[in-house]
Amino acid sequence: MKYYDKLIFELSRPGRSAYSLPEAGDFKPAGSGVWRETPLDLPEVSESDVVRHYTNLSQMNFGVDTGFYPLGSCTMKYNPKINEEVVSLFNGIHPLQPQSSTPGVKAVYDFMDKALAEITGMKHFTFLPCAGAHGELTGLMLIREYHRSRGDAARTKIIVPDSAHGTNPASAAVCGLDVVVVKSRPDGLVDVEDLKPLLGPDIAGIMLTNPNTLGLFERDIKQIAALVHECGGLLYYDGANMNPLLGVVRPGDMGFDVMHLNLHKTFSTPHGGGGPGSGPVGVAERLVPFLDKVHVSGFHGNFGVIVRACAYILSLGRENIKLAGRLSTLAANYIKESLKDCYKLPIESVCKHEFVFDGLLEPNGATTLDVAKRLLDYGFHAPTIYFPLLFHQALMIEPTETESLQTLDAFIEVMRTIAREAAEDPEILKGAPHNAPIGRPDETLAARQPVLKYSKQ
Amino acid sequence: MGTFAYFPHTEEDIKVMLERVGVSSVDELYADVPQEFIHKGEYDLPSAMSEEEVRVWFESLAAKNTRLKVFAGAGAYDHYTPSVIPYITSRSEFLTAYTPYQCEISQGTLRYIFEWQTMICSLTGMDVANASMYDGPTAAAEAMRMCVACTRKRNTVVASSALLPSVLATLRTYASYSGINLVETWDVAEAVAEGTLDLAGVIVPSINRFGIVESHMGLSSLVHEMGGLLVEYCDPSALAVVKTPAEWGADIAVGDGQSLGIPLCYGGPYVGFMACRNEWMRKLPGRIVGQTSDADGRRAFVLTLQAREQHIRREKATSNICSNESLMALWCTVYLSVMGPEGMRKLNAICYERSHYLQSQLLATGKFTDPFEGRPFLKEFALKPLCDVARLQQVLLDNGFFGALSTEEGYVTFCVTERRTREDIDALVKVIKEAEL
Amino acid sequence: MSKVIEGLLYSESHEWVKVEGDLAIIGVSDFAQAEMGDITYVDLPSEGDEVAAGEEFGALESVKASSELYSPVSGTVEAVNEELESAPEKVNEDAYGAWIIKVRMSDPSELEALMDAAAYAKIAE
Repeated sequence: MKYYDKLIFELSRPGRSAYSLPEAGDFKPAGSGVWRETPLDLPEVSESDVVRHYTNLSQMNFGVDTGFYPLGSCTMKYNPKINEEVVSLFNGIHPLQPQSSTPGVKAVYDFMDKALAEITGMKHFTFLPCAGAHGELTGLMLIREYHRSRGDAARTKIIVPDSAHGTNPASAAVCGLDVVVVKSRPDGLVDVEDLKPLLGPDIAGIMLTNPNTLGLFERDIKQIAALVHECGGLLYYDGANMNPLLGVVRPGDMGFDVMHLNLHKTFSTPHGGGGPGSGPVGVAERLVPFLDKVHVSGFHGNFGVIVRACAYILSLGRENIKLAGRLSTLAANYIKESLKDCYKLPIESVCKHEFVFDGLLEPNGATTLDVAKRLLDYGFHAPTIYFPLLFHQALMIEPTETESLQTLDAFIEVMRTIAREAAEDPEILKGAPHNAPIGRPDETLAARQPVLKYSKQ
Repeated sequence: MGTFAYFPHTEEDIKVMLERVGVSSVDELYADVPQEFIHKGEYDLPSAMSEEEVRVWFESLAAKNTRLKVFAGAGAYDHYTPSVIPYITSRSEFLTAYTPYQCEISQGTLRYIFEWQTMICSLTGMDVANASMYDGPTAAAEAMRMCVACTRKRNTVVASSALLPSVLATLRTYASYSGINLVETWDVAEAVAEGTLDLAGVIVPSINRFGIVESHMGLSSLVHEMGGLLVEYCDPSALAVVKTPAEWGADIAVGDGQSLGIPLCYGGPYVGFMACRNEWMRKLPGRIVGQTSDADGRRAFVLTLQAREQHIRREKATSNICSNESLMALWCTVYLSVMGPEGMRKLNAICYERSHYLQSQLLATGKFTDPFEGRPFLKEFALKPLCDVARLQQVLLDNGFFGALSTEEGYVTFCVTERRTREDIDALVKVIKEAEL
Repeated sequence: MSKVIEGLLYSESHEWVKVEGDLAIIGVSDFAQAEMGDITYVDLPSEGDEVAAGEEFGALESVKASSELYSPVSGTVEAVNEELESAPEKVNEDAYGAWIIKVRMSDPSELEALMDAAAYAKIAE
């Protein structure tokens, strides 16, 4: 990667253009008082300026196609190219076209509803949510709608484990629910004894990701489900960690009533530098009547993303789906076992698709941040760092099922090298990255004196 | 094993891995799962398809959809896509990256978001923009929540009934669960002036659901006097020529970036934008990119002001949003770079000229009247049909057109973008003129 | 080792209080600023706001953290330190000099629930 310092505005020269439009008269609208008076400041560049500029920008970026991306809880699996190809077949369809003109679109939605229901054990899905957190919010709305329909307005609290993704409590707050935190036991699992006294007539439900953010399967799930249902609450499944269960366990069978899936994680659609994603929400039978009541986005959700996920499911088929989750779990355990002699494994246990180290076993002054930055020098993306919050030096590693043994071995080798460097000369880590387009930026300056847009000198 | 393109494991590889982990089979790694939950038997899914089979499956489905000439808008506009955009957005360094957490190897993403923020500020006249929202309607819902957050303890948001139906429906859903008192009214100024509301904010469309470019003269001072914030919902393509939220004195601007060359694609992915005045910067939800420098003084870009966000503040965050629509923000950024100020003006000139031509031709058929005579419009307009609407819509469909969307008030709307030629328009008018309606 | 100053009162959430008659001058302890790291923003209330003992009145932000500020006493906010809006680093530089708000107390007996320097020094280690 090489450093390239331009912004598109800096390439601008008055009179240059890249657009291609038929001839038109000047814009002379009737009436006055409602038209723009401020000049419009946009770059004036040629088409080749645009292509070179963004090509140069792209070369300062690292993607799954560049190399191994073991970002925990993000499921950075390979993004198949056929998925991209088929989307453009649907580009010209207006979202408000009558169904009589879009039977092909309906067939995609119907297929996905049925396939996802089969994979998760839910009854039906809504495809409106555009991302995981959006799905969480939608699912919680459905839970509230369910309680409302029974005239049970008192259920205003939702239980969330202390190890939960940050979106869980945030989604609950947006949905008007008060968050009650249930603690984890020293073995990293939800403390059922801590849960019991929290349950009561004010509980709308519990949000769980299983396996949890430590990559550990909540083995008491059956008891938890029974307790929550007994008190009148519902169980929400945060599908961010669905990947190890893909083709192995169905959340519906574990007693979950509502869940979302991240199609951009479990179902291989590209993350696009932070979206677009898709977070369809599935429900058990008793919640199906409420699916139409939550209009959470403009039209029909991110159809283009749903098409990609559909292509992935067709490619997987009933044969390969059974391997997806299992191979992701095998890869994670392989890395964990290969590195636990130089990184601190706080909880010794079989993990699922991901696991968490609590920093170097012998840090010698080097932090998790230093390890992460040094990894960039070796051509790997860093794991998720400083999450979950249960440990101070968390390094959360998720390899996925699409990485070869050779790639995993190369990563393990580099992680061992970094541990050795920390012991011998931690300054190498502290100064990292050395080979990236930029060194560590001054984030304090960025937050204290925010510069959030370009202005001409 | 080893025959599926996306799983690279050979049988030998798996043996090596199992040995290292110290188990004899992969299923042993699920020994902690109550065995009754392990799915046994086959999943009821199709058998794995080859790439060519997948391609044919989608091609045959796509062939069943009717290809229509779109004369409809209502929040999704059929503008042309410059060919450089999909070329750039499909570069895998952009496409297959995650949110730019490791900024040293994400400068590409961070720079284009910074450019997007700048361009959204140019279009709206606002001071600060975020890295994007899911779509326009959800951005409006976030603006509604932001009004409540900025005015502390105030709880009523007034929304114009002239907002797009998709926006109103989303606002209603969000308000219903977050305890916000959403008041919908045709006369926003009157509702606010009464002064009886616990007013947090007001949401009005820059161009309303009938295509009319609204005048909001005096509205911002009235709203501010009553202690609320003014939110403008806008079409960013139109902002090149219609009065900006800043010119109307608004505090927050939101809308959908779809009109900036994003294909219709049955409603998504699109991209929401959100911008505000400096005063409210810390209450703006979502990712924000800022400029700083590294130790060697090189210009660098980072995610900043993160203490507002869910991964740090959890239930106290400004929003629950995590993933946004980054790639679609890139789409719009490239679009605006290609179009430039002149292209945007010219594009709107074409839309204006052709939509006014269609309107006059439709009125000339005698089958419509103009319920909004004299009100300015840009590319979309509403007429009162003097014929059977269902029949009209069916005749259009039968002839390969999609238009005459009905509104709750009994009008029909048409929209003309630069992709509809004079010949297309004449053909549409001919169909309506000759049909028995 | 963080600094604890004699003569001030302290809360468990690491705010300090300097009492002048029925006016409580409130800031955060040296321990709190050190835990936060470089403070990038101080979210301040407005003058005239009512605060209640134990309730949130603002927040400190750093690059990777946010910490709510809790009022040790009830009353009316009489002054806010607006200097911190543009110079949040003052809290890092001198936690006991950089007061955040002044509250006209409605119930000075609430002060009895706070710790003295010796008691606070034990928890701020």
